[in-house]
Amino acid sequence: MASGYETVIGLEVHAQLLTASKLFCGCSTEFGAAPNTHVCEVCVGLPGSLPRPNARAVELAIRAALALSCSVRERSVFARKNYFYPDLAKNYQISQYELPLNERGRLTIEVDGVRREIGITRIHLEEDAAKNLHGVGSSDHTLVDYNRAGTALTEIVSEPDLRSAAEAEEYLKRLREILLFLEVNDGNLEEGSFRCDANVSIRPIGDTKLHTRVELKNINSFRFVRKAIEYEVARQTALVSGGGSVVQETRTWNEAQNKTVPMRGKEDAHDYRYFPDPDLPPLVVTAEQIERVRAELPELPELKRARYMAQLGLTAADAQVLTMHPGLCAFFEDCVARLDQQRPGDVVAWGKRTANFMQSELLRHVTTDGLRVEIPITAAHVAELLALVEAGTISGKQAKSVFATTLSSGRAPSKVVAEQGLAQVSDSSAIEAAARAVLAQHENNVKAYRAGKTNMLGFFVGQVLRAMQGAGNPKLVSEVVQKLLSEAS
Amino acid sequence: MSELATLSVTETAAAVSGGRTCALDVTRAMLDRIAALDATRARAYLRVDREGALAAAAQVDARVARGEQMALAGVPIGVKDNLCTRGVATTCASKILEGYVPPYDAHVIERLRAAGAVIVGKLNMDEFAMGSSTENSAFGPVYNPWDATRTPGGSSGGAAAATALGLAAATLGSDTGGSVRQPGSYCGVTAIKPSYGRVSRHGLVAFASSLDQVGPLARNMRDAARVLGVIAGHDARDATSVTAPVDDYEAQCGRDLRGLRIGVVSGSLDAGCDAEVKAAVLRAVKQLAALGCEIVEVALPHQKYALSAYYIVAPAEASSNLARFDGMRYGLRVEGSNLRDTYAKTRAAGFGAEVKRRIMLGTYVLSAGYYDAFYLKAQKVRTLIKQDYARAFERCDVLVTPTAPTPAFKLGEKLADPLAMYLQDVFTLPPSLAGIAAASVPCGLSSDGLPLGLQLCAPQFGESQLVRVGHAFEAVSGFQERPPGF
Repeated sequence: MASGYETVIGLEVHAQLLTASKLFCGCSTEFGAAPNTHVCEVCVGLPGSLPRPNARAVELAIRAALALSCSVRERSVFARKNYFYPDLAKNYQISQYELPLNERGRLTIEVDGVRREIGITRIHLEEDAAKNLHGVGSSDHTLVDYNRAGTALTEIVSEPDLRSAAEAEEYLKRLREILLFLEVNDGNLEEGSFRCDANVSIRPIGDTKLHTRVELKNINSFRFVRKAIEYEVARQTALVSGGGSVVQETRTWNEAQNKTVPMRGKEDAHDYRYFPDPDLPPLVVTAEQIERVRAELPELPELKRARYMAQLGLTAADAQVLTMHPGLCAFFEDCVARLDQQRPGDVVAWGKRTANFMQSELLRHVTTDGLRVEIPITAAHVAELLALVEAGTISGKQAKSVFATTLSSGRAPSKVVAEQGLAQVSDSSAIEAAARAVLAQHENNVKAYRAGKTNMLGFFVGQVLRAMQGAGNPKLVSEVVQKLLSEAS
Repeated sequence: MSELATLSVTETAAAVSGGRTCALDVTRAMLDRIAALDATRARAYLRVDREGALAAAAQVDARVARGEQMALAGVPIGVKDNLCTRGVATTCASKILEGYVPPYDAHVIERLRAAGAVIVGKLNMDEFAMGSSTENSAFGPVYNPWDATRTPGGSSGGAAAATALGLAAATLGSDTGGSVRQPGSYCGVTAIKPSYGRVSRHGLVAFASSLDQVGPLARNMRDAARVLGVIAGHDARDATSVTAPVDDYEAQCGRDLRGLRIGVVSGSLDAGCDAEVKAAVLRAVKQLAALGCEIVEVALPHQKYALSAYYIVAPAEASSNLARFDGMRYGLRVEGSNLRDTYAKTRAAGFGAEVKRRIMLGTYVLSAGYYDAFYLKAQKVRTLIKQDYARAFERCDVLVTPTAPTPAFKLGEKLADPLAMYLQDVFTLPPSLAGIAAASVPCGLSSDGLPLGLQLCAPQFGESQLVRVGHAFEAVSGFQERPPGF
């Protein structure tokens, strides 16, 4: 910043854990059910109900923590955060406060070629609130849907280590990607299963203490996070430069006005009166449990990209595209493995071909929804198709039509080729006959070639292929044409 | 009046199981007895579930006919109104829950039904179990069956009075700081507060979660042991419930006490203890010695801080536990001009003075800047008290104290002085804070004809020792009395 201030940002991410049931009861976490159908005495806080922790949620939070290099506490404590609001059935939220499950991790980001390690303060477990629906229909009432109440969340709190909106955006993208690959969270910002709050402040360059911060809440896209932080930094800089001071408050991004605005109803400072939840004994995880989770950690996207580039000949851009979703990676790796098995020893070539094919032909047919990915063709069929091209059975051009047929019919590429009689002519006598006819038609060009214009080879090959209506194996055609041209001279 | 209503728990179960009577007849007799006596002598029941009881009795009879063995076959039991009963209102004697009908049964209710018990109704109590006299009920106080001008104690006053007067063969109460033991003492019945974690709290409306336990009240130790055996045991729905196996409590009845070491707390009878109570406890100690027990003196040096620690921990937890009563989902709702106003009006109208006092106390001690000085320090005191007991139980097997410092006091006597009321629990609070097992057994009558109670304490999950000592003591204490007009 030209103004002599630096930006200080810390992020709090609430990520919904992909558990089938809620954090403290057996109710389903399915999204989109009719309101108040996934509820029981526990998640609506009926008198006498008690929470019982979901072991799967604990495991997923530990998985996230280990992937982010956190240390896992063998004895952590659930605490109650007390405040009144209708979306909170018990008027307290069960969270973790003084002794969280996981602490002290890090996440590496890269912006404009500069790599920086961002500290992670803590990763703890907590239950989600219900959803308030304001003004449903013509009603001026607020209705509450408790289906979401009690869903397992993990809160991932970063250190105030981020220095720009771009870094904040990058951190969130990398974090989302990691959680997705871990199958811990579906990364869905719109449905609110991955939510971000940002604490933003500025300080004179060289100053090491933290200045008054503004909390930005309810930002539901990466683009808005960036815009909100950029706006906020500019606003605070103008304020401070003008001799004013920043007021600690909670603001949100207003897309219509293209600026951050203070949130309503936040005038009084909350005292949450945290204390250990007496209904829940300390959460104990053993070293063996932690090691079991560690042993099952999948390969993370960062490592995948490095491996794709080093071992499978992909460019950084290719690797980035294929690691957008774990489902794509699985498909790509499956395909390459099948091809490598058929013809070992050239895995780099297979990697490149598969990556090219996926990007040029396949991706536009792929849809993702959270962890789910829909690819309308199997890896086996794509491998078969690429193998047919490589063997010279069909041309690259034919491959596109075979692919289209396989997509629409589900029939194996080899079947499609056989049914449609598309097999390339690799019989050199047939090619030779066609080539001789072409050369006879283009005597002048043949003379020119023989006079040294060898770059005309492509012309002859093209003519032969056209004469064979695309059924000729281009490699063989080229060899035959070259042979004939050199023979006659 | 039919004698069927005044049989003990074990007598009833044996008679029903053996076909000498049936659950329906016992239930009808009990419903008649309640109708005849309760309104004038006790006001123990907030609700009698006539239809539910008769239907349950018919089912029990069908099960008996199929040859099913049930520990509580046809036994009429009353339950404190903070235990959730499916389809039957559960109010905690509070206006804020007036008319609230739970959609599920508490774990202990499920266990009772499975064992063949017939739940006859819901018993009056101090609102949300906060109090020592049952005068904090929003629906009027309970009378002590021994003297209608006196309180039955609290907070399970309805349970103790009903048990004493034979308005149930046994009852379930809840004990947070003495709430089954102290009324048990005032009404001359046996009451057991199980070790923390022994009985599931699922469906017990929480007052102070780290202290609450459901416990039985009965007219003798064998009956109490039978009921405890039914309700004790692990329940996955309560994360604080333990998996330790449940002993055969009833098998302890009849075991002799030779060689058992009985602990007496040094100096505990001197300050603030009624002379007759002191004399009764000393007599009990002599009787235990005569049964072959070795009497040892033990020290509980941190016991004197128990009251202060309790009145920080319990209100702190209560302030959070009772936050859910806000008029949004169930119970009373008083419409205000906005959300905040509705919360305030609902809670102002719904809670009584003592509940409000404790919510405010608890909110204060958890507030930023006070947490360490109050709540954290109280938890440290609790640890010290636990350590005191651990040391004491190295030297003795069962520890005896008075249950309460006085016999039952007059209705209205301590209403204006909360601290005097709190002091009624001075002997029962330390075992609660330590999470150990404790019981109250009758040990005599005062010169005014009021029952006096002896508190027995055993290490965590040492309920068997309480039953063993309590049962043997019954034979020598000479306490056979029933309230006038039983």
